[in-house]
Amino acid sequence: MSSNTDNRGGQTLGLLGGERRWSAGTPPKDVTGWAAIALIVSVLVLAASWKTLTDVRAATVVLKVDGLLADAILVICGLVVLPLIWPAIQSLRKSQAAKAAQAGGNLVDARVATAASRDYAYITLGFAAAVVTLLLVTKFFIANDLAVSRTFFLLPLIFSSFWLILKAFWINIYIFVVAEILVLIWGLIVAVARLVPGEAGRPIRMMSTVYTDMFRGLPAIINIYLIGFGLSLTGLPWVKDFSQESFAILALTLTYGAYVAEVYRSGIESIHWSQVAAARSLGLSYFQTLRYVIVPQAVRRIIPPLLNDFIGLQKDTALVNVIGSIDAFNQAKIVASNHFNLSPVTTVAILFILITIPQARFVDRLVERDQRRMRAGGS
Amino acid sequence: MAMIEIRDIYKNYGDHKVFNGLSLEVDEHQVVCLIGPSGCGKSTLLRCMNGLESIQGGEIRIHGDRMTGPGVDVNALRRDVGIVFQSFNLFPHMTVLENVTLAPVKVLGERRSEVEAKAMTLLKRIGLEHKAKEYPDRLSGGQQQRVAIVRALAMGPMVLLLDEITSALDPELVSEVLNIVRDLAAEGMTMLLATHEMGFAREVASKICFLCDGKVHEEGPPAEIFGNPKQERTRAFLQRIIEAGRL
Repeated sequence: MSSNTDNRGGQTLGLLGGERRWSAGTPPKDVTGWAAIALIVSVLVLAASWKTLTDVRAATVVLKVDGLLADAILVICGLVVLPLIWPAIQSLRKSQAAKAAQAGGNLVDARVATAASRDYAYITLGFAAAVVTLLLVTKFFIANDLAVSRTFFLLPLIFSSFWLILKAFWINIYIFVVAEILVLIWGLIVAVARLVPGEAGRPIRMMSTVYTDMFRGLPAIINIYLIGFGLSLTGLPWVKDFSQESFAILALTLTYGAYVAEVYRSGIESIHWSQVAAARSLGLSYFQTLRYVIVPQAVRRIIPPLLNDFIGLQKDTALVNVIGSIDAFNQAKIVASNHFNLSPVTTVAILFILITIPQARFVDRLVERDQRRMRAGGS
Repeated sequence: MAMIEIRDIYKNYGDHKVFNGLSLEVDEHQVVCLIGPSGCGKSTLLRCMNGLESIQGGEIRIHGDRMTGPGVDVNALRRDVGIVFQSFNLFPHMTVLENVTLAPVKVLGERRSEVEAKAMTLLKRIGLEHKAKEYPDRLSGGQQQRVAIVRALAMGPMVLLLDEITSALDPELVSEVLNIVRDLAAEGMTMLLATHEMGFAREVASKICFLCDGKVHEEGPPAEIFGNPKQERTRAFLQRIIEAGRL
């Protein structure tokens, strides 16, 4: 397939643009430079890695976690970066092969080898960039006599306080699960209220608009503060006996209800008017059209932005510490101030990240699936 | 030697075989029309020739030089092989003139003033010089497609691929687009057209290829294919076209 020698490229043609060379047929550029850079970079990165690993070994001695296992892990890390040199060598070999092929007049072989050489060089540089980033992070952790590690990752404290914080984290989970369910319902009500048609619907539309404007402008932390402290002070019957968590749920529902209402509205308005025309032409009323035709289509479209808002809501449950609810963050702050070390707060950070990452990936999957379906429908 | 040689190419989308050993030759200054049922790979073949899609076996050669597989400079290939799409694909955020001049300025590195002069000449030829400062959404479908052809021509391509360029147009706008193709054919531009416009294909083509089952099922001059097709499948296809009143 690549044993073509009958071609020299560069035929001259006269068409429209005048005399032109066949530009795709030109011989490939020399890539030895790239290959050499890849080789030098890979050697430098290897040296830097091994230097860092010896620093890490010294740190393990200080932390008294040294021993055979730690050494074995470090040796493995050292060996793992070793293959980095392989694509660099391949790149160099291919660039030499390209030169030989070009000297032998075999243009196609030369181009294939050049492309391979360039690919290998890019692979080397790409992995080298990743390794360098890792090295910098490692350096940061062991810098200043392990100060960073000690401040944020004091393992004994993390382990001893973990269950306490995990238990407190249930408060966050309780708050966001209940709030999300309420937000779903409340947001739809507000969105539909904002789309009520006709002159009679004007006051309702206005109320809905004022509500969304207000609560999207109001910082969630102030909303929680006002509702959490304010409502219990008012002495209103029934409401004053709400738990702190209920106040938090109420406040978050009001704030995120405004956001989600806008998401619903954009979803509903994104459905082409021809769908309304089709439904109304069959005799469905305005609300029947919404209920059976528009909202079901809109909901499918808004799931990704909706989940994004939910991730925001979940993170904002950490704000309830301002009204003294013992959630994970508050619990961690207590432990942290007792031990004068921030590691328990790191635990909370990790817990939040752990619950949001799967959702973020899930949203990506949904978006991808929708795009695939759109493409399939489009062609 | 033919200018374009497509040799025994294979391509799958999962289980679906798009090309199953398709071969085709195009001579310089030839106008080749690809016809066939939808999904037979007309558009895919054009996209493969422009490097927009890859093939899994066989090869495509232009001037004897292999243009598929690893190591091919597809950007250079695309400078010489222009393509016009069914749905125009003009850039909506640029004026007509900017659409036409973008690639010659950025890719070929030509001077903007020269490119603009050349673009205006081309636009004048298709009667759209007064639309040069307009945005595409102010143009009719036929005007947009004419601009898209000029956009491809501004790169001075050696081959022009036209992918069902009239399918998205209202019937009364088809002729203004086909007139340009007719002019280009008269000037000797090498072209491959995927088309459903059988009457036009009959008039302008030097060769008709009927694609079916991932192969060129039958090829020949228009008079032969439309007048006296040899293959049963070709006859059946053309019969349906006649029944639809399109031939």
